[in-house]
Amino acid sequence: MAYRPEPAPFEEELAGLDALEVKTPRARSRARRIWSSLWPKFAAVGIVLLVWQILVWAHWRPKYVFPGPGAAFRSLWDDVANGRILRATGVTMERAAIGYGIALLIGSAIGIAVARVAVLRAAIGSLITGLQTMPSVAWFPLAIVVFRLSETAILFVVVLGAAPAIANGLISGIDHVPPLLLRAGRVLGARGMKAYRHVILPAAFPSFLGGMKQGWAFAWRSLMAGELLVVIGGRAGLGFTLDSARLRQDYPGLMATMIVILVIGIMIDSLLFGVLERRVRRRWGLIEATS
Amino acid sequence: MSLRPRARETTEPDLHMGSGSAVSLTSVSKVYGAGAEAVHAVDNVSLDVEFGEFLCLVGASGCGKSTLLNMIAGLDKTTNGTVEVRGGRPTLIFQEPALFPWLTVERNVDLALKLRKIDRADRKQVVGSLLEMVHLTGFGSKQPHELSGGMRQRVAIARALAQQAEILLMDEPFGALDAMTRDLLHDEVERLWQDTGFSIVFVTHNVREAVRLADRVILLSSRPGRIAAEFPVDIPRPRRIESPEVGALATEITARLREEVKHHGVQT
Repeated sequence: MAYRPEPAPFEEELAGLDALEVKTPRARSRARRIWSSLWPKFAAVGIVLLVWQILVWAHWRPKYVFPGPGAAFRSLWDDVANGRILRATGVTMERAAIGYGIALLIGSAIGIAVARVAVLRAAIGSLITGLQTMPSVAWFPLAIVVFRLSETAILFVVVLGAAPAIANGLISGIDHVPPLLLRAGRVLGARGMKAYRHVILPAAFPSFLGGMKQGWAFAWRSLMAGELLVVIGGRAGLGFTLDSARLRQDYPGLMATMIVILVIGIMIDSLLFGVLERRVRRRWGLIEATS
Repeated sequence: MSLRPRARETTEPDLHMGSGSAVSLTSVSKVYGAGAEAVHAVDNVSLDVEFGEFLCLVGASGCGKSTLLNMIAGLDKTTNGTVEVRGGRPTLIFQEPALFPWLTVERNVDLALKLRKIDRADRKQVVGSLLEMVHLTGFGSKQPHELSGGMRQRVAIARALAQQAEILLMDEPFGALDAMTRDLLHDEVERLWQDTGFSIVFVTHNVREAVRLADRVILLSSRPGRIAAEFPVDIPRPRRIESPEVGALATEITARLREEVKHHGVQT
């Protein structure tokens, strides 16, 4: 079975040429890499906190209405310590996961269907883009009328917010698969469903990931709007915590909740999608291995 | 699954004897579009490729070289005439390596085996020996973008070999490579062809390359693509692209090619 090619005069030249032409990634320690990507972020956060504090020092608004970072973080610490913020975060993240999960399934199914079936594309292709431009908050009055003040109403709007972006990402990914790769796949025997599995979907993945990332941003916004508008007893999410802090005139608490909302949004965007995106781009050779 | 190469000199060619040629084109035409705007890409081409033959098609732009290959590969339908292919579905190598950028070198080759429903247990070993055949042992876990153009094209060749097709169609496969890499790949392809006993149809616009590689060179005329002339190449192998014999025949074919092109200019 093992095949041993007979040594030929050209083989040494070939090996020499190969060695010259292969890219060798520059070694840089992991710690250095992480640090060089982190310090600008820390610096940015520091500047924001500083500007915030300066506004407070300058008495831009009365201190009880617009508390400084110190008061906000003390309040955040208390809320973390007494478990309130964690419970609210748990409720919100559960809704986010369910809503985004459903959006992912529906968005992918619609994306594939529209990319595959010409009639569907003609019928709803532009509608999907249209849906994406519709502010998802505008769905809430209808959702509340139809589903009452329920989890379903919130999920409905979250899904409507996220699914079109996900579908669009997949559709444009499938549309932009290089024809050469399709032909190469066909020569190898990947036709029909196999072409989708082995060629089209993997090739469409970077664009799909972009759609997923955008979909997450929409889902998170819709969810916050939903939690402000749709209040369900015993199910206090971050949106409700935010609004009730305002009603209780607990302004440090309001600031603390906003920080949590912002941080969760950023973490998912950069830690989950950002890392995935970089991995894909590196694997495809779209960025240098060292950057 | 056996990957054992058949040595051309030692195996019995009568395996295929009597069953005709590897590829038979009979009065094949291809017309794109219709009416006044119809373009005759290929017109009435009849051609046989023998089993184990290395055939090169040369011609200027618009001679329908790629169209012919696509029709043999089954990627394109004929307008008229028939294409007969024996010995399984042919495999096609493009000018670009067309590797899948999301897969490693190994997995690119592996996919061809997977699509042929080869057992996972056997695949690893076969992939290893295929990469060895194209001298890329040790590069299996690289991503395609980490390799040079010539190495990528060799991965594409390994992937094509994984299909165990007996007919290899090559569409200007080395057109985008530098001269030194190209010369080395000529040696590589010639050796693989001698070891495996494939039939190869190789399309190129480089006449010297055709003479360096082929048993027979077919010259195509342009618009419509027709067979203009046929040149058997009796130069003993191994050949060098810079050898005087190769140069002499290439000069002769080039002169004929120029005539074809000139003639075309007079017509229009």
